[in-house]
Amino acid sequence: MTTIIYDATFEGLLTVVFEIYERKLLQVKLHKEEFRNGALFEEVLTIGTDEIKAKRVLKGLKERLSSEGIKRLYITHMAEMPDSDIILLGYIRHVFDSERNIEEDYGNKYVLRLSELTKMIGRERHRMEAFIRFQKLSDETFYAAIEPDFNVLPLLIKHFRDRYADQKWIIYDLKRKYGIYYDLEKVEYMEVEFSADGNYSKLPEIYFEDEQLYQHLWKNYFNSVNIPSRKNLRLHLRHIPKRYWKHLTEKI
Amino acid sequence: MNILADAAKYDVSCASSGSKRKNENKGLGNASNGICHSYTEDGRCVSLLKILLTNHCIYDCAYCVSRKSNDIKRAGFTVQEVVDLTINFYRRNYIEGLFLSSGIFKDADHTMERLVRVAKKLRTEHNFNGYIHLKSIPGASDELMREAGLYADRLSINLEMPTESGLKLLAPDKNRQDMIQPMGFLKQQIIQNTEEKKLFKKAPIFAPAGQSTQMIVGATAENDKEVLNSANYFYKNFNLKRVYYSGYVPVLADKRLPGLNTEVPMIRENRLYQADWLMRFYGFRVNEIVNDQNPILDLDIDPKLSWALRNQQVFPIDINKADLQLILRVPGIGVQSAQKIISARQFRKLNWDNIKALGVAINRAKYFITCNSNIFEKRDLMGTAIKQFILAESQSKYLKKIQPQLSLF
Repeated sequence: MTTIIYDATFEGLLTVVFEIYERKLLQVKLHKEEFRNGALFEEVLTIGTDEIKAKRVLKGLKERLSSEGIKRLYITHMAEMPDSDIILLGYIRHVFDSERNIEEDYGNKYVLRLSELTKMIGRERHRMEAFIRFQKLSDETFYAAIEPDFNVLPLLIKHFRDRYADQKWIIYDLKRKYGIYYDLEKVEYMEVEFSADGNYSKLPEIYFEDEQLYQHLWKNYFNSVNIPSRKNLRLHLRHIPKRYWKHLTEKI
Repeated sequence: MNILADAAKYDVSCASSGSKRKNENKGLGNASNGICHSYTEDGRCVSLLKILLTNHCIYDCAYCVSRKSNDIKRAGFTVQEVVDLTINFYRRNYIEGLFLSSGIFKDADHTMERLVRVAKKLRTEHNFNGYIHLKSIPGASDELMREAGLYADRLSINLEMPTESGLKLLAPDKNRQDMIQPMGFLKQQIIQNTEEKKLFKKAPIFAPAGQSTQMIVGATAENDKEVLNSANYFYKNFNLKRVYYSGYVPVLADKRLPGLNTEVPMIRENRLYQADWLMRFYGFRVNEIVNDQNPILDLDIDPKLSWALRNQQVFPIDINKADLQLILRVPGIGVQSAQKIISARQFRKLNWDNIKALGVAINRAKYFITCNSNIFEKRDLMGTAIKQFILAESQSKYLKKIQPQLSLF
């Protein structure tokens, strides 16, 4: 068993793949750079990103996977899920060890697990598309705060740019402390200085004048469409888990 | 708004999908796959701003809260109010669009004209490309229906009751022909528009998300066979996208209706939707699900398991060899896992572990399949025994409140 310490970037991961084949390593463990607890390990290897090696691995992947398949690897890495890089490593090794395209080989545990991870990321992205609630600020920018389970903000850009083409908007990930801003022309990444409690929404004087009215109307509407004789809280919670409530206008 | 949202909530359609309206003019919104933005405490999705323009109504349908003889508060929106609500809710990402219905004031054309005016204003004055679902008013003129199709994504007419006799009983002023006529007209227009689209890319889109309808279940004595045959008839003959089944919620006392304390037939409604899915996605014919010997859907097991138990001669099937069509008929295997099985078995013969990992419910499927393993159900079990085993292993949320359908009447 070899323990590899790498920089946790996608190119870094691809470099690791290169070194695994180069050094004919069989079993490996992955750790991110900040992890240093050497005493326990039998063998520790630190591998930094090497652009050339990473490119060679990517080229090899492109020959063996569809462009969708490559995208899936990239998105899964970017989502920053706890076990994703180890799955990606296993997946990529399975790609190189097989004769043909293995994207649908669901009998293989890495292929199956990657399809599950992709599904989880897709679900979280879709939830954000649904649960984001914009508040209109006094300068007519629409602002929304989110705290998604995974890093899906970059995946939201296209949807919101296509939909809200005629209004300025900001979506801010409070967990990861960065946001995206659309200025009617293009979308840019941004960071915001927050007050100590990290909360924009406690400053009602910065809202546009009709913001409270429409929030009120929306809450009213939400309560009116409920049919009490069909109440089904279990189903309600399955659709909107509690952790999303604090940013949902109708549930606050 | 509370009155008019409350009165509209019994319309079950919430679909905001199936359209393909793009935001090409740097305007507001688009409509494609549909998003459920929120969920009510009864577990239904909130995707559209679903309201009535007014709950004033000249009709007196027994099942409807807005009926003429019901003593309730009446209210109405202006066209501009509906437009402002839609735009402001949409900009805040509360909704996918508007579902606008109305009580009938004066006559059908007057009402329809007002609905169309809302849609037109949203599209032409506000550059709104979000989803619009308009209710077609029975008896509205072809000209208005055509205009509605140009602005709306989906149009729907509620059939209300699964059969003509049910409608006569509860809605004596309404006439089934008035509902079917616009449905037929729209079908022709949609087909014609599809043809034009093939020839001219720039041809305007016409009701791109098609038509749907809704029927109330449990208010009259129709059995499931009649309900599903009626649904099947409309799917086949009017190219409907969806038929919705609405379990009757007792809101009014009337001797023609089940009593006010009757429970909403939620399980039956659920089974009807399952049967509907079997017809649309699993390749079942309606008479395989319900027929003269089995006119009523089982409440304690789903219609697919029910079919499998009646047709045990078909099973067991070999998961590594059978066609997709046959795999889809196995209880415990859904559309997605069936497709995954077809893909994955090209790489290796699948065993129980593989199938389980793909998402198949083994506790049901195991009685009907074999795979790459020596272990399989070797006993020659009767259908009733299998049913008992499966029920014993599953914890249906419904088990506690199973109520036989017939006791309602």
